Amino acid sequence: MADTILVGLYIFVLALFAGAELIARVPQTLHTPLMSASNAISGIAILGALVVAGHSATINHTSIIGLLAVIFATINVVGGYMVTQRMLDMFKKKAPRAKK
Amino acid sequence: MINQNFINFIYLISAILFMMGLKKLSSPATARMGNKLSMAGMALAIVATLLVPGLSFKLIVLGIIIGTVIGGWAAVKVEMTSMPEMVALFNGCGGAASALVALSEFQLRGHEFGPAMVEHIGTFAMITLLLSVIIGGLTFTGSVIAYAKLQGIVSGQPITYPGQQVVNGLILIGTAVLSYMVFNDPTNYLMFYGICLLSLILGVLSVIPIGGADMPVVISLLNSYSGLAVSMTGFALANNALIIVGSLVGASGLFLTKIMCDAMNRSLSNVLFGAFGSGGGGDDGGAAAEGGAAEGSVKGYEVEDVVMVLENASSLIIVPGYGMAAAQAQHAVRELGDCLDEEGVEVRYAIHPVAGRMPGHMNVLLAEADVSYDQLFSMEDINDDFSGTDVVLVIGANDVVNPAAKTNPGSPIYGMPVLNVEEARTVVVLKRSMKPGFAGIENELFLKENTMMLFGDAKASVQALVTHLKG
Repeated sequence: MADTILVGLYIFVLALFAGAELIARVPQTLHTPLMSASNAISGIAILGALVVAGHSATINHTSIIGLLAVIFATINVVGGYMVTQRMLDMFKKKAPRAKK
Repeated sequence: MINQNFINFIYLISAILFMMGLKKLSSPATARMGNKLSMAGMALAIVATLLVPGLSFKLIVLGIIIGTVIGGWAAVKVEMTSMPEMVALFNGCGGAASALVALSEFQLRGHEFGPAMVEHIGTFAMITLLLSVIIGGLTFTGSVIAYAKLQGIVSGQPITYPGQQVVNGLILIGTAVLSYMVFNDPTNYLMFYGICLLSLILGVLSVIPIGGADMPVVISLLNSYSGLAVSMTGFALANNALIIVGSLVGASGLFLTKIMCDAMNRSLSNVLFGAFGSGGGGDDGGAAAEGGAAEGSVKGYEVEDVVMVLENASSLIIVPGYGMAAAQAQHAVRELGDCLDEEGVEVRYAIHPVAGRMPGHMNVLLAEADVSYDQLFSMEDINDDFSGTDVVLVIGANDVVNPAAKTNPGSPIYGMPVLNVEEARTVVVLKRSMKPGFAGIENELFLKENTMMLFGDAKASVQALVTHLKG
């Protein structure tokens, strides 16, 4: 048990540093898409939600909470990715215009 | 046979895809690819999870369908100007999902082990379970309030009352006490629901005292909270994918929070507890008059005057602010830029980090209006160029161009990095009225000799300029 916790903490701290390194390179112009993209991946809680929602073949109190969790997480994931893609599709570089 | 090791291996691949996705966000040219990689990572992780033996798919399918319809509909419908609200809402959903997963995990384990739950799952897992509910819950309601403030459903002004901090402190203590009781008796569901309720209340109360223009900080911070909540859920479920992703999101949110705070020269605690700008509404008229007497007078100009200045310029820097978003003027602004560009004017955009209501808000709007991203410059890249520029066009920005931040130690925004617009030969300020900006501070830029004020709705003014320039 203690091993699992320790490994988890290692992962947590290392990912924190990796994240900081990756994100520091994102230019200001992409900060909104960065936020919505990181937002979308935080919907990863869906992995936990799926297991709870499907834990029993009969529907009970807990699986309904699981269902709600799946709905919220799916909104987060699907909405987050789609809106990020929509924004990124707009970032274009125009061909330099010939000046008079 | 699908075993847990195989699923964990797939999670690792997902984590790699998420990291590569974030890495590719370092340039607009590769960012689209990055988002697709990230999506692939998510799809892979979801499919791997569905391979867990013995899952019943009824509710899973139902939940995914409902969530996809709602999320997809919202993502397609939302206006780019409302992006801060949308991101806040999605963020709230993430927080809610983490809290609900933790809640149901608590019930499942409670069912399984009864009073001996803590001994079985371990103290650490129990603590992270509770933290996940608390952080997830307050992220949910906090985000909903941020959404309501941005939409104008709740007043954008800070809402304060005497003893606010004390009340929040008491709720926090109450949460801690209830958590301790649940620890001692995990079968006490009532206490557990009490924790859920208090965390929801805490989310509401901690966001209402924060003003509308401080929302970039709040949204960034809530973003990082939703990441932390996911990490805590990951610890409770011993799921490494959740731990990694939560950590990445937490780092991202904190990073943006720091950038936003630095850009306003304020500490995070000042933003969260300072109720900045609360005195702004009442005394603006008096303050403006007073400033006018001291420095000079505000000179209102007509569209024709501004057109003449623009026609004689060879370089122009446009400084957009929240007013451009509020007036939906981004397309008109781009048209103006193009129009002058065709005349041979060098057109650039200077974007202050806290312009708008979320990090990068102005960039997204201008990108929507088809402005090439290499015309958009950050403050540090363009701030030395104002002195050699003919005309600066300030559209719906106020505090971020206020020279008082550099010159007046008595000003509430003293020390905040601002754009040096007053160094340009002529500054044209498009503004709805003389009302001060969010911070309630009068702006001496408007009184300067080389400043021309053009009053009116930003969109209408810009369109009028375009019409005259073309005519």
